[in-house]
Amino acid sequence: MMPFEYEQAQDPAGAVATVTGRPGAAFLAGGTNLVDHLKLGIAGPDLLVDVSRLPLDAVEPTPDGGVRIGTNVRNSDLAAHPLVREQYPVLTQALLAGASGQLRNAATTGGNLLQRTRCVYFQDVTTPCNKREPGAGCSAIDGYNRYHAVLGASEHCVAVHPSDMAVAMTALGADVVVLGAAGERTVPLIDLHRLPGDSPGRDTILEHGELITAVQLPPLPMARRSTYHKVRDRASYAFALVSVAAALDLDGDTVRDVRIALGGVAHKPWRASRAEEMLRGATAGEEAFVAAAEAELEAARTLSENGFKVPMARNTMVAVLRRLAGITGDAS
Amino acid sequence: MDADITLRVDGSARSCTVDTRTTLLDALRERLGVQSPKKGCDHGQCGACTVLLDGRRIVSCLVLAVAQDGAEVTTAQGLAGPEGLHPMQSAFVDHDGFQCGYCTPGQICSAVGMLDEVKAGHPSHVTEDLTGDPELTDEEIRERMSGNLCRCGAYVNIVAAIREAASS
Repeated sequence: MMPFEYEQAQDPAGAVATVTGRPGAAFLAGGTNLVDHLKLGIAGPDLLVDVSRLPLDAVEPTPDGGVRIGTNVRNSDLAAHPLVREQYPVLTQALLAGASGQLRNAATTGGNLLQRTRCVYFQDVTTPCNKREPGAGCSAIDGYNRYHAVLGASEHCVAVHPSDMAVAMTALGADVVVLGAAGERTVPLIDLHRLPGDSPGRDTILEHGELITAVQLPPLPMARRSTYHKVRDRASYAFALVSVAAALDLDGDTVRDVRIALGGVAHKPWRASRAEEMLRGATAGEEAFVAAAEAELEAARTLSENGFKVPMARNTMVAVLRRLAGITGDAS
Repeated sequence: MDADITLRVDGSARSCTVDTRTTLLDALRERLGVQSPKKGCDHGQCGACTVLLDGRRIVSCLVLAVAQDGAEVTTAQGLAGPEGLHPMQSAFVDHDGFQCGYCTPGQICSAVGMLDEVKAGHPSHVTEDLTGDPELTDEEIRERMSGNLCRCGAYVNIVAAIREAASS
């Protein structure tokens, strides 16, 4: 581990000014990913600015009926918060499907969004990885890639974003509040993370020194009927092979509105916009659900070991939509 | 680069100088001689280093000591009081909730923290009704303890021990 200085931030603007003015500086929050990266040699900051004690830890209703989540709200506290459990159950379920009790007690909201891929090659500094070292090559494309992306990947990187929480927030249409040296801006969460393209080293659109201060959930009454389903190799404490966050609003058996996001399939939480479009106005049922899922996955490109993800994503999407629509019985 | 920190460990104020790179786990074990938290994977995956930090269970291997100046740390050895073992420790003994014992201090701290989470009404991944108070079934115990691995495979007895301690 490289030596680094440490300082506790006194206020958000000061923390932003310090990190912005020092290329080697990084923010420290819960540390559950960054401290591991320090040990693995993936990250080597020369200064850590600890923002974890800044009072950005409230979950509050907003005047428009939504909820504002401070960046330092711990994952466990967010999952347990009554507003989230009642109004956005998909978010509670996604948070509780991730990590372990100990990690959720330490991990923060902003940190969860900014955690990095668990691609085994990214985490192993002895192997080439374009995300760690631009131009080095991608070891996963012809290597161990059963966890990797089937949507939106590039020839430079096939890593997936590991967050469950972000998938639920993407389905909910959340915004991220970002503080930079030039002031505050609000970014739709769906635009926060990037596809890898030819610069996989950058996970997000954030500039160096920009600090996430809050996540805002819009009012979304239909989210009371929402759910998160995660498919993984173990029943608990494992990253997603595929996950689906969805909310469904029916008028009789007609789909009035629907939200779907996929995890474990792309370099970012994947909003299934095409499937949503097809479903709005359609008759809820097996036929429409399958057609929408298949349309969303038409663009899928598979690698040597992850071909199973396409039918898995299709089937999980259909199963989740059936559950939300209250359809029981055998799936076709 | 060094920093001076003071922690309250198992009820006593303890000061030391640490390199900023030192984890809470290493500070406890190597600097303060508190060796009940164990180093298993050192990557937050096994739970052997679990302690209660300001009352909540966390993995001490992924926390920097310098960031915890002033914090209250309870390790498994600090759970026992003047009257003897903590009820969770007694339950582990009564039910053979271990074989080699290496994961046990982490299991016990995790279980104590977990029961507080249940008392506070926190749901888990297997809780059906997210709006009600969770009931501590064996399935709930297993899910909530999934961050603590036991390579001896004493899980059946660990669940029994936690069940008993929860009802006592």
